[in-house]
Amino acid sequence: MPFIPNTNADREAMLAAIGVKSVEELFSDIPAGKRFPKLGLPAGLSELEALREIEALAAKNLSASSNAWFLGAGAYNHFIPAAVPALASRGEFLSAYTPYQPEVSQGTLQAIFEYQSMAAELLGMDTVNASHYDGATALAEAVLMAVNAGGASRPRIMVPAALHPEYKEVLRTYLAAFTVNIDEYTEVPALAAKKCDERTSCFVASYPDFEGRVHDLSGVADAVHGAGAVFAVNADPIMLGLLSSPGSFGADIVTAEGQALGNSMNYGGPFLGMMGVTQKFVRKMPGRIVGQAFDHDGRRGFVLTLSAREQHIRREKAVSNICSNQGLVMLQTTIYLEALGKSGLKAVAELCWNKAHYAAKAIAAVPGFAVAEGTFFKEFVVKTPVPAKEIVDKLERRGVVPGLELSRYYPKRTHELLVCVTEMNTKAQIDLLAQSLKEASV
Amino acid sequence: MNLIPEPLAFELSSPGRVGVSLPTCDVPVTAVPASLRRAELKLPELDELTVVRHFTRLSQKNFSIDTHFYPLGSCTMKYNPKANEVAAAQPGWKGAHPLVSDDRNQGAIELIYRLQESLKAIGGFAGVSVQPAAGAHGELAGVFMIRAYHLAHGNPGRVKMLIPDSAHGTNPASCTMAGLTTVTIPSDAEGGVDLDALKAACDDTVAGIMITNPSTIGLFERNIEKIAKMIHDAGGLVYGDGANMNALTGVLRPADVGIDVMHFNLHKTFSTPHGGGGPGVGMVGAAPVLAEYLPGPIAVEKNGKFSMEMPAKGIGRMKAFNGNFGVLVRAYTYIRMLGEEGMRRLAESAVLNANYIKVKMEKVYPVKYPRRCMHEFVAMGNFVDGIHTLDIAKRMIDYGYHPPTIYFPLIVPEALMVEPTETESKETLDAFIDVMLKIAEEAKTQPELLHDAPHNTPIGRLDEVAAARNPMLCYRS
Repeated sequence: MPFIPNTNADREAMLAAIGVKSVEELFSDIPAGKRFPKLGLPAGLSELEALREIEALAAKNLSASSNAWFLGAGAYNHFIPAAVPALASRGEFLSAYTPYQPEVSQGTLQAIFEYQSMAAELLGMDTVNASHYDGATALAEAVLMAVNAGGASRPRIMVPAALHPEYKEVLRTYLAAFTVNIDEYTEVPALAAKKCDERTSCFVASYPDFEGRVHDLSGVADAVHGAGAVFAVNADPIMLGLLSSPGSFGADIVTAEGQALGNSMNYGGPFLGMMGVTQKFVRKMPGRIVGQAFDHDGRRGFVLTLSAREQHIRREKAVSNICSNQGLVMLQTTIYLEALGKSGLKAVAELCWNKAHYAAKAIAAVPGFAVAEGTFFKEFVVKTPVPAKEIVDKLERRGVVPGLELSRYYPKRTHELLVCVTEMNTKAQIDLLAQSLKEASV
Repeated sequence: MNLIPEPLAFELSSPGRVGVSLPTCDVPVTAVPASLRRAELKLPELDELTVVRHFTRLSQKNFSIDTHFYPLGSCTMKYNPKANEVAAAQPGWKGAHPLVSDDRNQGAIELIYRLQESLKAIGGFAGVSVQPAAGAHGELAGVFMIRAYHLAHGNPGRVKMLIPDSAHGTNPASCTMAGLTTVTIPSDAEGGVDLDALKAACDDTVAGIMITNPSTIGLFERNIEKIAKMIHDAGGLVYGDGANMNALTGVLRPADVGIDVMHFNLHKTFSTPHGGGGPGVGMVGAAPVLAEYLPGPIAVEKNGKFSMEMPAKGIGRMKAFNGNFGVLVRAYTYIRMLGEEGMRRLAESAVLNANYIKVKMEKVYPVKYPRRCMHEFVAMGNFVDGIHTLDIAKRMIDYGYHPPTIYFPLIVPEALMVEPTETESKETLDAFIDVMLKIAEEAKTQPELLHDAPHNTPIGRLDEVAAARNPMLCYRS
């Protein structure tokens, strides 16, 4: 077998050295009646056959690579420069473990340090950790941090009603063991924040929210902090290339889904949970953190640090059970941010902004369609004259994926479509979308 | 190894450079209100070649499976077949979106379904969920499931989780997140669970036990069926930590010995790359008693059509969308290539390789529990005065070997945990054994070689205490 090199002759020699007659003897501790069961798996395939089978399966999916794509809602179709996968797929990165031995892991460690530095700048935070599983779990852990900091006298958390529905579900899963009330607010954050009280541990704002609206967060921090609560923001990192960072509004914790920064949609994973905090929360933050250090000759290096927070030291008293990061996804994002750099990320964000606003105007001009009011970045809600699900089904057959029918999450909202426009969409595609919407609604 | 210092990206930056060209805007420009615009964005400015050299040079500062033998105990650093990467890079996967209707994502859902069926067969479970993104995440899901089961059965007072002292630190940390308290159960003289202590802890507040089998000292828990019965008789459930499943594929289905819920690490047993820390998958399998509590969504097949469904009584979502799909493709590819026969061959070879190294090393490196091991064993590095396990580990680097896991499990002093995996040849193992014996000799004759090690790396041992006291966690110009 190509991945199990030892031949029968090797095995015989090794068994003799150990002093047993057969491999089976090595398993004598295992209950006799239960040993070596028949699993019922099919026989192994050659590499050629296995790949052929998997390629056939992959071809059965609708893919952004061959359609005009306007579907986002938490997983985004953005351009990935060729250098990103080419570098991240190097075996030295791909097949390394967690950098516990810093002398032979400086590649991974320095990349994490560069990620932390750039992500902190982008989010406007003092410190960013080496990442969480995805944006939803990063937000859930941020809320847990605030709940733990607030203690039993602050059982209330406030989240926007227009938080991504799946993020809300994850939040409920993570908070199942805690006696907390999750209050959903429908006002704009600046008004809702005034309802924070002495029982509130955490106020969450979504920037933008699930429906694409970008709310001004000025004044939120004062109201939240005035009540003694923690201000957490969940943000779109591409948008932060152009618009003010959550940190500039006084957020204490910022989380984000980093998939858009150099990673494919991949049917929903693996993604990148970004989390940053202000100085005050550094030692309460979960997750791996890399810091700068020096050796005895004064040479600069990087090392996993502040591990006194973590499960392998603190066990049941740890701030979280997390003991990995999305290493490779984070690496792709690091390469992406360095390749695009200061002007490139801003340019991507501007393309999204301009194309989304052009698309909104084009769609609003189609009879029967209306675009929701308010400031948006790259996503907006469209009111449709016929059920949005019907439009999606019709257009997908013609190579246009027009967006998400909101009825997927809100059964009563049958005539609303969430449309996402990025730098990947050409003017011709946007015009085709508007034309197709028109045809689909008659 | 690249020994030349590599500047930070910020230090390579030069104003005006950019590493990617983007299309010019083909639509009319819409002004961004000044009140929304961010003031500045201090990211580095680099051309493409500088980026390429920077990361290529950084990569050359890593040890990895592709470049070095990596016998890191408990981590199963087996070879990651290249076919996995080709399989995962298909445009039909990369461009697939989780919110497209199931009808138009049939390939992705069918793959998840097939993987679920394979993992059910390997573990003997009634149901599995591939949603959790890591071992600790799967473990958290499992503990949530146990808690949900007791609540659904009117037993809110079952909050005590029993955890052997050899367990991974994640076990107690996960319990805390699920609102459970933990009780540590000591090990007996043979490294197994102390049955008297376990019996004493079994009362009507017990939620269950979390047991790693083979244990973290690489030994099969011979009393597993007895332990499961004691817990079940007390009204509790048995959680299996599947970190060490590499010893058992095709050898033992955990559900057959009373495990009610367990996570497998697809990034260990099923060969998906560790990626310097992730992403992984902590798939959870459950016996009939807990299957309806699994997290979702789960792939379901009906009349040849596939859909993603949430289990009715399930604990909910552990993350957004459908799990780390890209990792699932790799694990499925691997299982498909190995097949029924390969699964057993895998575990047999992993155990054979570990026992071979153990038998050659234990004459010099004492092993606390001198039984035959499973896929890994724990030796001790304190056989010469003044030499510690850390010194031995660092000296191994000079010879081109990634150190084993050290100082874990906590119940073995100066622990040195070696796991070769099945993907290493006898020649590699022999060369490794020779080096370990040579280092043991050096420990006696030239201890300074060990104290000062490593010698041939980009940096020496770092002052980690100073780094934690005055943390520098971001670049500052």
